[in-house]
Amino acid sequence: MNPVTEEKSTEVLLPGRNPMAEAWRRFRHNLPAMAGLIFLLVFFLLCLVGPWLSPYGFEQQNRTLGAASPGTMGEFGRHWLGTDRLGRDLLTRLMHGGRLSFLVAVAATMVSLFIGVTYGAIAAWCGGKRDAVMMRIVDLLYALPFTVFLILLMVIFERSLLLLFIAIGAIEWLTMARIVRGQVLVLKARAFVEAARSLGRKSSALILRHVLPNAMGPIIVYTTLTIPNVMLLEAFVSFLGLGVQAPQASLGLLINEGVSAMESAPWLLFFPSAAFALSLLSLNFLGDGLRDAFNPKE
Amino acid sequence: MSRLLLRRLLEAIPTLLAVITITFFLLRLAPGGPFADERDLSPQAQAAMEAHYGLDQPLVIQYFRYLGNLARGDLGPSFRYPTRTVNEIIVDHFPVSLELGALGFLVALALGLGAGLLAASFRQRKQDHFIMTMAMVGICLPTFVLGPLLVYVFSLQLGWFNVGGWGHWSDRILPGFVLGSFFAAYVARLTRNGVGESMQMDYYRTALAKGLSKRQALWKHALKPGILPTIAFLGPAAAGLLTGSFVVESVFNIPGLGQQFINAAFGRDFTVVTGLVILYAVLILFFNLAVDFLQALLDPKLRES
Repeated sequence: MNPVTEEKSTEVLLPGRNPMAEAWRRFRHNLPAMAGLIFLLVFFLLCLVGPWLSPYGFEQQNRTLGAASPGTMGEFGRHWLGTDRLGRDLLTRLMHGGRLSFLVAVAATMVSLFIGVTYGAIAAWCGGKRDAVMMRIVDLLYALPFTVFLILLMVIFERSLLLLFIAIGAIEWLTMARIVRGQVLVLKARAFVEAARSLGRKSSALILRHVLPNAMGPIIVYTTLTIPNVMLLEAFVSFLGLGVQAPQASLGLLINEGVSAMESAPWLLFFPSAAFALSLLSLNFLGDGLRDAFNPKE
Repeated sequence: MSRLLLRRLLEAIPTLLAVITITFFLLRLAPGGPFADERDLSPQAQAAMEAHYGLDQPLVIQYFRYLGNLARGDLGPSFRYPTRTVNEIIVDHFPVSLELGALGFLVALALGLGAGLLAASFRQRKQDHFIMTMAMVGICLPTFVLGPLLVYVFSLQLGWFNVGGWGHWSDRILPGFVLGSFFAAYVARLTRNGVGESMQMDYYRTALAKGLSKRQALWKHALKPGILPTIAFLGPAAAGLLTGSFVVESVFNIPGLGQQFINAAFGRDFTVVTGLVILYAVLILFFNLAVDFLQALLDPKLRES
């Protein structure tokens, strides 16, 4: 029998046992998670292409149309969400800000993912004393006032997006390290890892090829749950005026601008707040949905 | 148990020392000192100022001198406002932040525990789903979103509260709620899951079988093991309340320590920033210690080790 037909026959014998397909099937039936996914996709696409399609630039001012209410007709088209006090189109700024917030969220999450997975995998793989010391360091770091350090960093150094990514990523890796360590500890005792080791594979290859792929479920789930935390941190820093700087925009900065204008132009507060809260809600639903899809309880 | 606490206390010392050292050198190595942007200062005057504060000494000497003063409880003078010391700033503004933080903590615990226990006892029923949905909404409304919205509705539109300030007792309601609600949502989720899980254990069923009412079984048997994750969360929650208070103080214009910290950081007021970071670190370490103590009290497995 040639290997191709053999592969086919197992497929017929075990229909739908692919763990990814199973997870997707469960995920599809989770209404809040699907709604979250769809909202995020729509908002993300809007942020991605919206600023190009908009007749206004995100920093284009119009002094004669300051704080115009939503739906006001502008020079080049309707201001669907109104304008801010400098006459900048809020919809365009919102889409632009969303872009930046998503960018920071994804980039900083990647930084935390990289540090956390590397650190956790190495600690678990080495085991023994080294593992104990490495995880004790994580415990101690948990006790530090990191947000305070983040504020310090943003004040002291030139505020740049890169610094923001790295600083936030460097804060958020701790839990990921714990999760990955736990997974690797379990997996490294499994027979297939032993088998691969007895074939003479190096440690690095064992971790990358055999251990980590099997820990993918929890890593994906926790990554999706990290993104809203990172967005929260970025918005927090920008809200305090320490993150993204005007005329750039991020959701946190737009909320900040909305607060100072809320008496005369409340829509400047409402729309960015709604966009931010809905994004967080969707990301949390998505994360919870993925968690339930990857490890079903019942 | 006392050995565990002693060990934790000893571990806190190097952590604190690390915080002090990192903060001290981070600020000294940063470009631009506290006097750099004062244009009207002649070079001679600037040098005199720096000599007065000991900034012309080598960094290491400055560092040890700072540690020496710190050991005597002296955090030094403010660089920006020479007539004020950091200790005075803390004495003036810390009580306000402490009151705000205590209110937020109370809201988080009362609201979170209450809602969480209610949801756990109605697990998988309508009440449970409603409370958990509210908790999810709470998690998606961080202080800087909820605060301004509540100010808009209750202060600007309805006129029930002052827009900001910290005079009348009613000025405490909105800030306390805003600060606490985000953590109340987390506490509710953790409590519901933890207690809900211990209500599915055999010992809980045994308690019901021997004739205890549902309420008795919940309080006597399910609560203690089920609440451990919530207790563990209180450490991070305290750190979060601290940073949350920066936002709440700025939204409600409350004269607390958070505002002082942000202003000092913007003004590169080294001594004030370092002093406040140390204070924050001490507070967080103290809170973690308290949480360790509570955990050891509730969890026999931890007590043994």
